[in-house]
Amino acid sequence: MSTVASIFPALERLLPLVGKPIQYVGGELGATVKDWDAASVRWALMYPDAYEVGLPNQGVQILYEVLNEQADVLAERTYAVWPDLERLMREHGVPQFTVDAHRPVRAFDLLGVSFSTELGYTNLLTALDLAGIPLASSERGDGDPVVVAGGHAAFNPEPIADFIDAAVLGDGEEAVLEITAIVRDWKAAGRPDGRDGLLLRLARTESVYVPRFYDVDYLPDGRIRRVVPNRADVPFRVHKRTTMDLDAWPYPKKPLVPLAETVHERYAVEIFRGCTRGCRFCQAGMITRPVRERSITTIGQMVAEGLEFSGFREVGLLSLSSADHSEIGDICSGLATQYEGENVSLSLPSTRVDAFNITLAEELSKGGRRTGLTFAPEGGSERIRKVINKMVTEEDLIRTVVTAYSHGWRQVKLYFMCGLPTETDEDVVQIARLAHEVIRAGRAATGSKDIRCTVSIGGFVPKPHTPFQWAQMASPEVIDNRLRLLKQAIMADRSLGRAIGYRYHDGQPSLIEGLLSRGDRRVGAVIRRVWELGGRFDGWSEHFSFQRWVEAAGQVLPDLGVDLDWYTLRERDELEVLPWDHLDSGLDKEWLWKDWQDAVSGYEQDDCRWTPCFDCGVCPSMDTEIQIGPTGRKLLPLTPVRSGLKVG
Amino acid sequence: MPPKPQPDSHQAPVVQRIRVRYAKRGPLRFTSHRDFARAFERAVQRAGVPVAFSHGFTPHPRISYAGAAPTGTASEAEYLELGLQARVDPDDLVKALDAALSPGLDVLEAVEAHGGNLAERIDASHWRIELPGIADDTLEAAVAAFQDATEIPVRRLTKQGWREFDARSAVARITRVPIASPVEGAGCAILDLVVRQVTPSVRPDDVLSGLRVVADLELPVPPRATRLAQGLLTAQGDLVDPLLADRDGAANGAPPA
Repeated sequence: MSTVASIFPALERLLPLVGKPIQYVGGELGATVKDWDAASVRWALMYPDAYEVGLPNQGVQILYEVLNEQADVLAERTYAVWPDLERLMREHGVPQFTVDAHRPVRAFDLLGVSFSTELGYTNLLTALDLAGIPLASSERGDGDPVVVAGGHAAFNPEPIADFIDAAVLGDGEEAVLEITAIVRDWKAAGRPDGRDGLLLRLARTESVYVPRFYDVDYLPDGRIRRVVPNRADVPFRVHKRTTMDLDAWPYPKKPLVPLAETVHERYAVEIFRGCTRGCRFCQAGMITRPVRERSITTIGQMVAEGLEFSGFREVGLLSLSSADHSEIGDICSGLATQYEGENVSLSLPSTRVDAFNITLAEELSKGGRRTGLTFAPEGGSERIRKVINKMVTEEDLIRTVVTAYSHGWRQVKLYFMCGLPTETDEDVVQIARLAHEVIRAGRAATGSKDIRCTVSIGGFVPKPHTPFQWAQMASPEVIDNRLRLLKQAIMADRSLGRAIGYRYHDGQPSLIEGLLSRGDRRVGAVIRRVWELGGRFDGWSEHFSFQRWVEAAGQVLPDLGVDLDWYTLRERDELEVLPWDHLDSGLDKEWLWKDWQDAVSGYEQDDCRWTPCFDCGVCPSMDTEIQIGPTGRKLLPLTPVRSGLKVG
Repeated sequence: MPPKPQPDSHQAPVVQRIRVRYAKRGPLRFTSHRDFARAFERAVQRAGVPVAFSHGFTPHPRISYAGAAPTGTASEAEYLELGLQARVDPDDLVKALDAALSPGLDVLEAVEAHGGNLAERIDASHWRIELPGIADDTLEAAVAAFQDATEIPVRRLTKQGWREFDARSAVARITRVPIASPVEGAGCAILDLVVRQVTPSVRPDDVLSGLRVVADLELPVPPRATRLAQGLLTAQGDLVDPLLADRDGAANGAPPA
């Protein structure tokens, strides 16, 4: 096989004509360019959004590094191109390319696409089309890459089942190497049975889902009758992957440092994976169980080496609820001491509503930089917080923000959702009362009028593999009306209202996210139609068009006996076959149903890290266990970071 | 109520100022100035350069830039000044910074500042522009028309909308570079320019717009512009190297600024 040529000379002529050309050039610190001919397996990894969003993505960075560490494996990255470049690429016949060596994506063995959100689906189609890869997996031949989806959205890949060849559920570090080994063997054996032969080998691992090997039958009323394998040896259910020992996978070691500006300019270290807080709306918390902590010593080592390698001056300690790490206090004080006077800032995405968070935030701001404080009560009334299992009382919240104000913070952000199951207008209007109370208490505690809070509202979207997977969504009209009532309620007291910022999104994008989240294979036709009508970058409000989605759904769904409302505004019953039932996240469906019933009746569920197991099903079915500290170890006294110029 | 927290003001003072010339080459010519500034700050960090920081809630490293070539144009002569909290050898600094930056963003030389203001030592740029697909005689004629004009109004889209200005008066010199080997240079004429740095700035693409205005010069492919030098324009039309005074100061053993 001959070396695949770089398309850069053709691309270079287009770059002066597009916005922010540097995003297409590559050349990042940490990027790897390998010899094409020396590699036996070649991956193109895609994050299906703009470079500025895709580059910092941890999943892609980790897999990129893990793959490139293999001597005979080559991995390069590709991102969604903006419409200005897309138009020029079509005009000049330039194909979808990787940013590393500017090789055409179609030349790779595999195209791995990481979906954090369903709103990237139309961008997948653009990339496939620009690459010259048929959109429908059934039309692809031996010269086309195997398209593999991963990321959280892959826990229900049915809406994109026609466009992908395979999907992997769960953690990718080990899965990606196993897939690589299978592809390597299959190529070495002379590609027995062609493309289907490879897909069959992958499917038989029981952890790679190959949609074409499953048939979906429907009932006359539109619901799914059953999903069954259509080949021998293909498992009835496909299981998610769990990487148990995070200390054995300390990636990224060599983080990608871009030249272009991106949404996160920091070294990010994941301090634990999984969450058992049990917030019922939270898909991430449900599908990433159990909790697996990275040890304090590994975290210290990763931060030291990551900063040294990258030159970043900000560190993000990431996880689904970072303050819950069993040694978070020691981690924060250790890092703050380590980097005091180094002009390095540390940040902890803080969503937990308790005073401990403020102690941590104070500790982290020792170096001089003070990051914002965000709390997420999620629901405005005590009642709705019980429904969603966000165990925060009003007293907790007031005490926490008062502590923040009296420790010198002038502004806090409060995050809520609208459109939750059982929600009434009153539940949402209560957010205003809570925000007023926050300002009143803050003014009383500080004696100053110079304090503010920002109320930020997100639309609730029911997600697969959560207790709310059966819930009906509220219509955009209902949401928009509640948001209007809330705004009026906030401004009803002008003195308090002036100190409150109010940010929200209207209800329409959430409805489409809802369609894509819980859709089945029939929704694929809607995605394709939207894309044909020009849909791109649906996660960007300036590109998203609700009208386009409604129009496309209206064109293709009625012939299939369903419609947009059927997917979004309809509550499912216990026995309905859900499109993702054959995909095993480890959660016991009976437990999920019980938790859904508890939600509706306002019963809360504790966290199994500190209370007995409540049988969600993950640990026994996945053969995993909770792994938390404390280890009792301290952050290592590392060598001083600065010891003069590094010459030669 | 407790007093508002005040920023730490124990940032170390500046003990040495160093002036640096760097290049933006090849594909990395698409780096914007903001992109370069971020990459350079990180390189300073990675190279272990003892840079001084500003005071305040968000301390910034003390780096000041003298102008910046437009995004998409290459340069062999960009300048910046670093304030350091510990003394370093300028040659070691060049090696350390160059190793910490991506290939294509290259640190070329550094000298210790000996007074004066770097920005005041620059009022003109020397550009070389490759024009693929343009024949030599076509360019020759266009250059002659440009030289003959006293004023050439051109338009450019800025963030504030379309702006019209004169592209002629800022151009101190415009010539076609004769190509040594006609075979090698076939179909790619080369333009040589010296342009005064005025407001609004006249960039290489504005001069090309000017050539379109005076001689209908249309470019089949985007041109490649490289800034070869910056400095003070002398009466003879030469550019004085902005680091010359500092280099002389160092040679004479004058005290650093």
